[in-house]
Amino acid sequence: MNVLYGLLSPTAGEILVDGKPVAFGGPGDAVAAGIGMVHQHFMLVPVFTVADNVMLGFEHVRGGTFLDHAAAREEVRRLSARFGFDVDPDALVEDIPVGVQQRVEIIKALARDAQVVILDEPTAVLTPQETDELMGIMRELKSAGTSIVFITHKLREVRAVADRITVIRRGKVVGTALPTASETELASLMVGRAVQLTVDKADTEPGAAALAVSGLRVVDDVGHVRVDDVSFDVRRGEIVAVAGVQGNGQTELVEALLGLQDGIATGSATLSGSELIGMPTKEILELGVGYVPEDRSHDGLIDSFTVAENLVLDQHDKAPFAAGIRMSPSRVRARAAELVEEFDVRTQGVGAPAGSLSGGNQQKLVVARELSRPLTLFVAAQPTRGVDVGSVEFLHNRIVAERDRGTAVLLVSTELDEVSALADRTAVMYRGRVVGIVGGDTPRDVLGLMMAGIPLDEAAEAAAHARPGGPAAEASPVADTPSGGAA
Amino acid sequence: MSAPTVDAPAPPPAPQEPAPPPGGGALRDTIVLTLLSVLLALVVGAVLIAIASPDVQNSAGYFFSRPQDMLGDAWTAIADAYKALVQGALFDWTADSARGALRPLSESLVFAVPLISAGLAVALAFKAGLFNIGAEGQIILGAIGAAYVGFSWSLPWGGHTLVALAAGLLGGAIWGGIPGLLKARTGAHEVITTIMLNYIARYLLAFLLTTSAFHRPGRSDPISPAVDSTAELPRLFGSSFRIHAGLVVVLLAAWGVWWLLERSTIGFRFRAVGANPSAARTAGISVARSTFGVMAIAGSLAGLAGAFQILGTEKSLTGGVSAGIGFDAITVALLGRGSPLGTVLAGLLFGALRAGGVTMQARTGTPIDIVLVVQSLIVLFIAAPPLVRSIFRIRAAGVETMQVSKGWNA
Amino acid sequence: MSATITPSAAPLAPPDREAVLQVRPPSWRTPIILGVLGLLALVAFGFGAKSGTKSTFGLSRGSDAIRIDPVALPTRTTAIVLSVLALALAGQAAWYVSRRRPVPAWLSGVFAAVWLLAFLVWAIEGKSISFVGLLAGSLALAVPLIFGSLSGVLCERSGVINIAIEGELLAGAFLAAVVASLSGNLWLGLLAAPIAGLLVALLLALFALRYVVDQIIVGVVLNVLVIGVTGFLYGRILVQQQDTWNSPGTFQPIKIPLLGDIPLIGPVLFNQTVIVYLMYVVVAVVQVALFRTRWGLRVRAVGEHPAAADTVGIKVNRIRFQNVLLGGLVAGLGGAFFTIGNVGAFAREMTAGQGFIALAAMIFGRWTPLGALFAALLFGFANNLQSILGIVGTPIPSEFMLMAPYLATIFAVAGLVGRVRAPAADGQPYVKS
Repeated sequence: MNVLYGLLSPTAGEILVDGKPVAFGGPGDAVAAGIGMVHQHFMLVPVFTVADNVMLGFEHVRGGTFLDHAAAREEVRRLSARFGFDVDPDALVEDIPVGVQQRVEIIKALARDAQVVILDEPTAVLTPQETDELMGIMRELKSAGTSIVFITHKLREVRAVADRITVIRRGKVVGTALPTASETELASLMVGRAVQLTVDKADTEPGAAALAVSGLRVVDDVGHVRVDDVSFDVRRGEIVAVAGVQGNGQTELVEALLGLQDGIATGSATLSGSELIGMPTKEILELGVGYVPEDRSHDGLIDSFTVAENLVLDQHDKAPFAAGIRMSPSRVRARAAELVEEFDVRTQGVGAPAGSLSGGNQQKLVVARELSRPLTLFVAAQPTRGVDVGSVEFLHNRIVAERDRGTAVLLVSTELDEVSALADRTAVMYRGRVVGIVGGDTPRDVLGLMMAGIPLDEAAEAAAHARPGGPAAEASPVADTPSGGAA
Repeated sequence: MSAPTVDAPAPPPAPQEPAPPPGGGALRDTIVLTLLSVLLALVVGAVLIAIASPDVQNSAGYFFSRPQDMLGDAWTAIADAYKALVQGALFDWTADSARGALRPLSESLVFAVPLISAGLAVALAFKAGLFNIGAEGQIILGAIGAAYVGFSWSLPWGGHTLVALAAGLLGGAIWGGIPGLLKARTGAHEVITTIMLNYIARYLLAFLLTTSAFHRPGRSDPISPAVDSTAELPRLFGSSFRIHAGLVVVLLAAWGVWWLLERSTIGFRFRAVGANPSAARTAGISVARSTFGVMAIAGSLAGLAGAFQILGTEKSLTGGVSAGIGFDAITVALLGRGSPLGTVLAGLLFGALRAGGVTMQARTGTPIDIVLVVQSLIVLFIAAPPLVRSIFRIRAAGVETMQVSKGWNA
Repeated sequence: MSATITPSAAPLAPPDREAVLQVRPPSWRTPIILGVLGLLALVAFGFGAKSGTKSTFGLSRGSDAIRIDPVALPTRTTAIVLSVLALALAGQAAWYVSRRRPVPAWLSGVFAAVWLLAFLVWAIEGKSISFVGLLAGSLALAVPLIFGSLSGVLCERSGVINIAIEGELLAGAFLAAVVASLSGNLWLGLLAAPIAGLLVALLLALFALRYVVDQIIVGVVLNVLVIGVTGFLYGRILVQQQDTWNSPGTFQPIKIPLLGDIPLIGPVLFNQTVIVYLMYVVVAVVQVALFRTRWGLRVRAVGEHPAAADTVGIKVNRIRFQNVLLGGLVAGLGGAFFTIGNVGAFAREMTAGQGFIALAAMIFGRWTPLGALFAALLFGFANNLQSILGIVGTPIPSEFMLMAPYLATIFAVAGLVGRVRAPAADGQPYVKS
């Protein structure tokens, strides 16, 4: 897609717009050819106003060079009104919610008379409800004559809105389909083999509560409440999933449990009786907490360190790797060799820099490190994001195995499939609050509605109505931990 | 784009590919590149020397009638200058005695000792992802501490030197610790704070030299009393060579920095924080403590350089005690690529250039500033391998960029 | 999920937007610090002064068209009044914070001016100084700082850290002196200065942008290089042949008719050399261009979010290259002030760290031209004050006053007096993935 938008140059082949071949030297050419793009990571300058962002690169000017803010505001208002957007042209982008920022991106494309709008994974940051609204906007654009390229890995969304579907795998077109194709057909096209997303998981009897969170609240650096009065517990031998659309407080919740939050955390979170809030990260880890962070390359690994050094990142000052302040490189290497073997990490050697490993192997490296010591609580945030299918199965099996050893597992995931496959119970978060805590067998459409902030009973009812001739809701609310945040 | 599959399109041959594991090829490449950079810098220096030579300017006046005159003059100017440089830096074959012939080597080492120590201060901070531009100020504080203990306390032989050295370490540690603390506590960028602290140190020194505690009685210029002979660093090879025991101390310090970085848990944390602070923090390493610790240790190394100046060569404190060593230290650390061994070698090279520059100025009238030119050019060339490669038409085989800092907001 | 579900379910009312987006109130730190400083002024300068003494300010010079008699103020009373005024300003800052509004920048500026006046009144107790001379001298000392900090603003707004301001100033000073001496024409010297700055900037741009070398490293090393080259040529040529190479002379002040006759302001602002007038123009142009023009919008976008600028067709590295060169021109011009604007001859390392104070002024002025202007004026004032007080005799060692700009900058970056925020992409090379 970056080629289509002129950010990268193609090595071969050609692009046709309205039947005419075009060559893009840069995004400017693509825009001139009528192509607009809404990037997955918004391309907006946070400290600029909406109007400034919309006109950047295509400025309204008076006297040859002076900015005409009035004209820019007017244009934003006009486009905003036409699609019912309600965007204030004078607001700073950093002050407006993510959903509105996305609309600014769309206005940006429309202001340049885009005939083709590319939407790159636009729903990753949206609630199901906002996603529906976006689809409405897409249909409206379509009826106004705009072509839309909608990139997503969510099959339901494709089928709901697309007229034609093209499936790409490893940079190649592997097939085309119509929206009438079933999800399984599309899924097997996408991964190239039949997909098996369930995990063999025996029922176990969870033990006593290991982690008990109550009234947890996190306020970030700029004063936004990120986690609002959250309470739940995780028992030994149990996997509790925290589900929700990205950006609803899951990241901050986990960071607060690990003592890593940037803002201020209040409330309580105890692990086997020890209060975690206010405790330094090092001591929390020493209580037997393992943590696979959401963004492994940023938080989990040091690219320039060797595989061996990465495997002792949190243990480097403990026996047998160190005595006093003296480290033993040979013991570090020996331990690393064992773990690489056990977790099947594909590497040139324990002396190779971690940055040279593939994404899946980097993730195995992090998981290997965290599972290499006895744990009371294992926190895994988006453990399979960006990981190849083979590694996903391996990682899922390790997580279940850890549960079966009696560890309490807290899984944070935005993927409903992963949640359904692994969770014994699921806490759904929306705007920093826990909407409800439900059993692992709760249907995914109910979970989806809860992710939009709809409380369990209403969600179950709505889902039941929606299912043609469906039975009554089969969700089994787990009542022992009432959620503090649900309205 | 984010297609459902994992693989991104193959990136263009970007300069930031991960370095191959350190092997013979990369190391050889580094050495070749370094030597070529030194060569290039000396060539540019030669051009400057030729241009500025009065003889060359004369003969350039009739260049078109007798071009060989100008070329000859240029060659003479360059050869004389660089010959004097070598005589001043390594071995003076024109000297009357063996002692005289070897004295330049001693002088080079005298210049190299504080350069290495301050260079280690910058290099250690590099390894922890910090850019310590404050060696100059840390040297001054170290010199103040060492000088004060040296001239105002009375202690026995040996003990006095050790206590004075410790005072130097402490002074530097305080001046390095302040930016470390500010960075850890408030996020204030260490480049800005260390630059500012350099000037504050300079004025603090100027002020102290006006006070009765520091000013030498009976003198009108700002100078302190000389340190007691009990506090001096003993000379290594007798009184005719100025090289002092600081050489031994600084080599021990270099080994200590290597051990700290490569073999200790503290150094492991320093390096982890330097390479990826968020991953270090996630692994339970305190970024704030590391930042403060590394800056305090770095400061103490620079403070040691200040103590060497006082106890080894200068004997008394003046406003010019730091003599730009703190800024040269940055180039030393960069040339040494942040490694302790590299810093020692780079310090020896720049020390030799310094000592040779003094002789060159005395014998040929070539200002010693040419040393700064050569020094800075070496570092520029080393920092931009593609430039050197394109000049010498050799192919790439290793790391290509030199990035230490991450901008004011990092 | 299918789109038909949602309408049938009443969505949970979203949490009160105020609750989610409640913004943390501005910090109490600023009013507290201002209050403490105000009290300090009241105790030390106000009650610290003896009653009955006077502080005398000369308000005009002999050559001025309109003469004003010197004003003799009662030291104690004046200092107390000014201190109370400072405390009132601190109170107003507290009022802003209690209303959850940020303390405006002008308030801190006015506070600084009032506080300094109180200090001044106290410091010259029983003595007399020329106020016009003090201000004019401050401006003179600030001129190279202003040019230097504008160079920094131009570079850093586009995302390139400029530590080489010192080198650009020094190169400008050197070439201006040499060219003016050789040609016997000051104007040619003035033309040569920006070219020298440009050459240094070209190296900065080449290494930082083309070869992606760490920008701080390049800057530091370039400073050493310029000190080395100018020092070498100075020692080898300028010293030997002083008359031919290093006696450029200086620009004489040009009095602007009418404006120059305004009492107090006239002689300070409008009886200056052409370099100072150029400074007024450059500040105004950069300020307007940066915030009111298409060019400025693009520059700021490149400095804040280069990828976003790239996606709308803006050539990120080309803009950065241009801005680094522009910065070099401006700083080089400022360098001319050291030689042909003021002293008249080049000396080794004559910029003496002014480039770093310029950097500090840029930071203190929050990366805006006007802010940098006022910060540079403040630093120039502090510097001039210490030399004047050194002459009349003062209770405070001059070294501490010389430290003031550097201390102030440390306080600023440490967030003790309001947090400063650099352009988000400042110092980060932009390499397309």
